[in-house]
Amino acid sequence: MTVAQKTAGRKIVINPVTRVEGHGKVTIHLDDDGHIKETRFHIIEFRGFERFIQGRPYWEAPTVVQRLCGICPVSHHLAASKAMDVVVGVDTVSPTAEKMRRLMHYGQTFQSHVLHFYHLASPDLLFGFDAPVEDRNVIGVIKAHPEIATKAVLMRKYGQEVIKATSGKKIHGTGSIPGGMNKNLSIAERDELLRDIDDMIAWSVEGLELCKSVVEADMEHLLAFGTFESSFVSIVKEDGCLDLYDGNLRAKDADGKIIFDQVPPSKYLEYIREEVRSWSYMKFPYITSLGKEKGWYRVGPLARINNCDYIDTPIAEAERVKFVALGGGRPIHATMAYHWARMIETVHAAEKIKELLNDPDLQGEELVRSGERRGTGVAWIEAPRGTLIHHYDVDKNDMITLANLIVSTTHNNEAMNRAVKRIADQYLDGQEITEGLLNRIEVGIRAYDPCLSCATHALGQMRLQVQLVGPDDAVIHEKFRE
Amino acid sequence: MAKPRLATGHFTGCFGCHMSFLDIDERILELVELVDFDKSPINDKKRFDQPVDIGIVEGGVSNDENAEILRDFRKNCKILIAMGSCAITGGVPALRNTMPLKECLEEAFLNGPTIGEGDGLIPNDPDLPVLLDKVYPCQEFVKIDYILPGCPPSADTLWAALTALLSGEEPSLPYELVKYD
Repeated sequence: MTVAQKTAGRKIVINPVTRVEGHGKVTIHLDDDGHIKETRFHIIEFRGFERFIQGRPYWEAPTVVQRLCGICPVSHHLAASKAMDVVVGVDTVSPTAEKMRRLMHYGQTFQSHVLHFYHLASPDLLFGFDAPVEDRNVIGVIKAHPEIATKAVLMRKYGQEVIKATSGKKIHGTGSIPGGMNKNLSIAERDELLRDIDDMIAWSVEGLELCKSVVEADMEHLLAFGTFESSFVSIVKEDGCLDLYDGNLRAKDADGKIIFDQVPPSKYLEYIREEVRSWSYMKFPYITSLGKEKGWYRVGPLARINNCDYIDTPIAEAERVKFVALGGGRPIHATMAYHWARMIETVHAAEKIKELLNDPDLQGEELVRSGERRGTGVAWIEAPRGTLIHHYDVDKNDMITLANLIVSTTHNNEAMNRAVKRIADQYLDGQEITEGLLNRIEVGIRAYDPCLSCATHALGQMRLQVQLVGPDDAVIHEKFRE
Repeated sequence: MAKPRLATGHFTGCFGCHMSFLDIDERILELVELVDFDKSPINDKKRFDQPVDIGIVEGGVSNDENAEILRDFRKNCKILIAMGSCAITGGVPALRNTMPLKECLEEAFLNGPTIGEGDGLIPNDPDLPVLLDKVYPCQEFVKIDYILPGCPPSADTLWAALTALLSGEEPSLPYELVKYD
């Protein structure tokens, strides 16, 4: 590793960021005095879905656009279907279709949160931020904690089985279509899933307890780690209940005061704008009324738990109450609190799956509705990583003429940059990137569970390269994860 | 005897093939006994430092960095497998091949309905890799030894091919494991 020595003007690069692959890179820019001027989390892949989906028929969107992301394909599958419900003139799909879609969505939330917590993040939490690289990965977890690893594998498998039963395939299924669904749930499929659901609820509670015990053992450090204040955006039901599948948009400021509430999808253009910066393929959204400087916000599990008034499943609600008590009446801002909030949602998803499996509407026969064709459809959903917005225009020949996709990870773009800045401020010592700093930057970014696959509209896991950059843009020091 | 080394890589795709690989579920506990993982998105290893027996790559090639890493895989892997539609044909991202790259960039960064006034520009920075004119299949850059079709290939398909190769056999997949959707 080369270390360039200079007196002024430096840049630190971390590339790639691992266990979030896809293609991410961090640069830390220093001023003449050696202080941190700016940090940049670069998204370096670009695919171009907005353009190449144009000229394709609207019914392809739920299956083609989900190929943005193989980690949370169900989110895109359903967001596109919901937008196309509007286009085909269906304001309310049948109860069977809605519940099948919800079941699919809770299955995916369950598997995605489990994947993130156990496979990607738990190595940092179980082994510590400074554990050797050879151990700090899921293979290390399998070797050191086989019991935890086995449950993690079986929990993810369960979520994938729910997705397969509702969409036809574990990855890139075809179950949801404009106006409804193309299948219901057979009694055999239902009974198969019911068999293990109580284990899934119990194990997700164990996962939450594991997460809490790690946080509580090192509370002061973990709650300060990479922490900063922000606004929060998420979908809630009309009565303020947490809802991952449907609802209206709510934004709260750093003190917990409402910025806007109950905004329907069709009005999103009035509330959200995006800025492009030359050094990243991921855009920077902001709340229009607050402007670029102050309007950025966070989405995802922490935003949802902070924003909602209550959760409509008993175990998750009791855990929410304990969690928000930490904030003492204000939203919780800790970066590492994302893990805790994510595990509360994992429990919620498991509870919801059980509730739905016992609902006879899943065996209903009315699958698809139709109505009068419209030219525009906008819809959103709470994907595992946060609010996901799909907006399409469709012409009279059924061809898509416009697609605007604001994905979860994009909403968190500014926040991830802030987290890196905060951690660099806390841990950069001198002009060199230490292993400790590299690890901590990764841990901070990883808390947001960035899905770079969605975000560029590119990829999932990132490799990490950190560069220290001087005022003259010369690279002073560079460190790779290797 | 040292265990065979396995590396996996990801280029321009959706990560779904890697997720399908994880769908081998309990068999992953078995796999950990059968192989040592080299460079892969699931661990923190960045560069090859010893020969690898089997490399599996997902995604097509859309920028100079993809191309460089793919060549690095070829150089270091005795057997190289292209996993899934994107690696084999370019897949969905290659839909952009039918139009100029400039139009894709303009649509995403200048014309989008949420781009604020004065907020649009085409990203261009030394820290970003150079985009290629088109999205290319892996075999246009390096020799590929095996392909596993599917979007994604199923976990059973991946497992059958991998276990055959690990036991030194030529993989022969039954009809029902070879699907293209």
